[in-house]
Amino acid sequence: MPQITYREAIRHALAEELERDPNVVVMGEEVAQFNGAYKVTEGLLAKFGPKRIVDTPISEAGFIGAGIGASMLGIRPVMELMFWSFYSVAFDQILNNAANVRYMSGGLINCPIVIRGPANGGTNVGATHSHTPENVLANHPGVKVVVPSTAYDAKGLLKSAIRDNDPVMFLENTILYGDKGEVPTEEYLIPLGLADVKRKGNDLTIVSYGRCVIHSLAAAEVLHKEHGISVEVVDLRTIRPLDIDTVLASVAKTHRVLIVEEQKPFASVGSQLAYMIQREAFDELDAPIHRVTTVDAPAIYSPPIEIEQLPNPARVIKAALALVAGSK
Amino acid sequence: MSKPTSAKPAIAASTPVLPPNDPHLAPVNLKLTREERIELFRTMMRIRRFEERSLRAYQAKKIGGFLHLYIGQESVAVGCCSLMGKDDHVITAYRDHGHAIAVGMGMNELMAELYGKATGCSKGKGGSMHYFSPERNYWGGHGIVGGQVPLGTGLAYALKYKGLKGAAMAFMGDGAVNQGAVHEAYNLAALWDLPVIFVIENNGYSMGTSQERSSAGELPKRAAGYDMAWGQCDGSNVYEVRAMMDKFLTRAREESKPAVVEIDTYRYRGHSVADPDNTYRAKAEIEEYRRTKDPIQVVQNMLIADGVLTTAELEKLDQDARAEAENAAAFAEASPYPTVEDIQKDVYWEADHPAQRTSKGRLFFD
Ligand SMILES: Cc1ncc(C[n+]2csc(CCOP(=O)(O)OP(=O)(O)O)c2C)c(N)n1
Ligand SMILES: [Mg+2]
Repeated sequence: MPQITYREAIRHALAEELERDPNVVVMGEEVAQFNGAYKVTEGLLAKFGPKRIVDTPISEAGFIGAGIGASMLGIRPVMELMFWSFYSVAFDQILNNAANVRYMSGGLINCPIVIRGPANGGTNVGATHSHTPENVLANHPGVKVVVPSTAYDAKGLLKSAIRDNDPVMFLENTILYGDKGEVPTEEYLIPLGLADVKRKGNDLTIVSYGRCVIHSLAAAEVLHKEHGISVEVVDLRTIRPLDIDTVLASVAKTHRVLIVEEQKPFASVGSQLAYMIQREAFDELDAPIHRVTTVDAPAIYSPPIEIEQLPNPARVIKAALALVAGSK
Repeated sequence: MSKPTSAKPAIAASTPVLPPNDPHLAPVNLKLTREERIELFRTMMRIRRFEERSLRAYQAKKIGGFLHLYIGQESVAVGCCSLMGKDDHVITAYRDHGHAIAVGMGMNELMAELYGKATGCSKGKGGSMHYFSPERNYWGGHGIVGGQVPLGTGLAYALKYKGLKGAAMAFMGDGAVNQGAVHEAYNLAALWDLPVIFVIENNGYSMGTSQERSSAGELPKRAAGYDMAWGQCDGSNVYEVRAMMDKFLTRAREESKPAVVEIDTYRYRGHSVADPDNTYRAKAEIEEYRRTKDPIQVVQNMLIADGVLTTAELEKLDQDARAEAENAAAFAEASPYPTVEDIQKDVYWEADHPAQRTSKGRLFFD
């Protein structure tokens, strides 16, 4: 199987869907002539032309709103946010209009729009550019939220997102864009809402998604080699809909849960998960659920310190050891 | 405006009628048949009677939340929507009842929506501010001031993308023009030559703030900053509204060009029914408008002067509109509420179409 980057995987998903459906349009700041701020859309303008690949002004509320309006009439816009951090200036369009219009119309309207772009810290760009809003988005019934961790997942999930008839928020990661992974050349789709066990184990379940899956896998390797702890890593892949069954099945096997997420702790995705696990698998738990989150402050700039603010393998290992020790 | 004169004999059906009082003598008005002129008037009257009936329902505590009445502005929605062809689309803010009736939605489903009933146009899920009828190219009904304007721009984008010769009308109030999203939409529409008409329904006030206290400069002239055409007209005369809008709509459909228009109008009632309306304008101002510019009175006078309608026909038309509104209230009253199970329907397309669902996992988190 060929190895391609996470960035290329997304680009291939876009190209395949543009090819398949003439109503798919890619739109955003610098997506066309500039080839994408992160080069995700590189070459698409040359291949598909300016009707399908559309440069917008720096006008998130305007163009995302226009995309939502166009989607109500059957266009399938895939909107790029240069950073998900900029969603705040289009918050009303995304979370009042896209999220609610189906409901408020009594089901007469739907918005098949995808909004995609990177949402991550760890690149020393400071607090304004490091938001991870998957919890905020998932708090709004009506939208779906996807956070892929690998090239394979990114491609299969994005293709499903583009075909989905509901608005899908697709959160990528600038640090993962260059990561390579095996991606088949033949077409495949990954359904939204299906978690993936990225590593099997018996002693501890780590539930994670996005780049934190990569940290968790690195930590699991060390925990296995140096501490003899067998870790299962569950990658949620989609936050809403949520595959809680795969999580619960893993908890029933390991009886210990560590949640690893690039989220501020207050009302994070992990908060919701912890609630659901204790509610639905209380008797399975041998220890309280632990979390590794972003340290609770705006994203710090200072490069070596930002690494410590975010989840990283060392923090995951430390938390896992404490959890296992406490439950023995 | 002159008082209604005594009735002249009715003109033969389908004879084009030249509205003599129309300052524009616009072809779009010249070509109106007698029936069409009556229909325009009837729609305005139906809006007024619907609004008055819904006000009474509100006072009787049958309706929750806000109720923003369109009384005084009827000629605007009716004039604009009467020009819609099959590929023309409409979107507006929360003062949306007039546009709903103007595009052809029925009073029953509209009144039932106010009552929060399952037979409402949005199954009781949207309420007064959120009426929709995609089948009639009516895309709401939006509660956030200015928030619908980018969506309207997107409707126009879709028309252009699909190569359809249609136009979108994005209505907003005089207060909405100061929202950033509106300016973003203006820029995109002009930049991309989208067939959208931004229609500012200037009723002089945004809640209790007069135009002078909220907006610098003349509202439609802001279009010039985006190199867009703009227009302005008196909204009390439905023919004047049609004459101006026809020009811009034709241009939008034929040349895919946007425009900003201001239609001057007035609301007689408070901002919403909850507004006591006694702090920011004088009663005399309302009375003066009602006396000289009431859009229904203006057209009514013309129809009678032109012999299009007799006073008896007029009386009948009014009675019919009142009866229709009354029946709608009875329909709403008799209709069932949605159920608790209905709360979680119409959230996701996928959840509502389980046979076609492709995603897995939980969509709801109770
Ligand atoms: C973003 C936002 N801010 C404030 C409000 C509250 N609000 C509702 S209507 C309104 C006045 C708007 O006036 P205008 O645009 O002139 O429309 P009109 O009510 O006159 O039709 C205000 C302040 C709102 N709904 N949305
Ligand atoms: Mg106003």
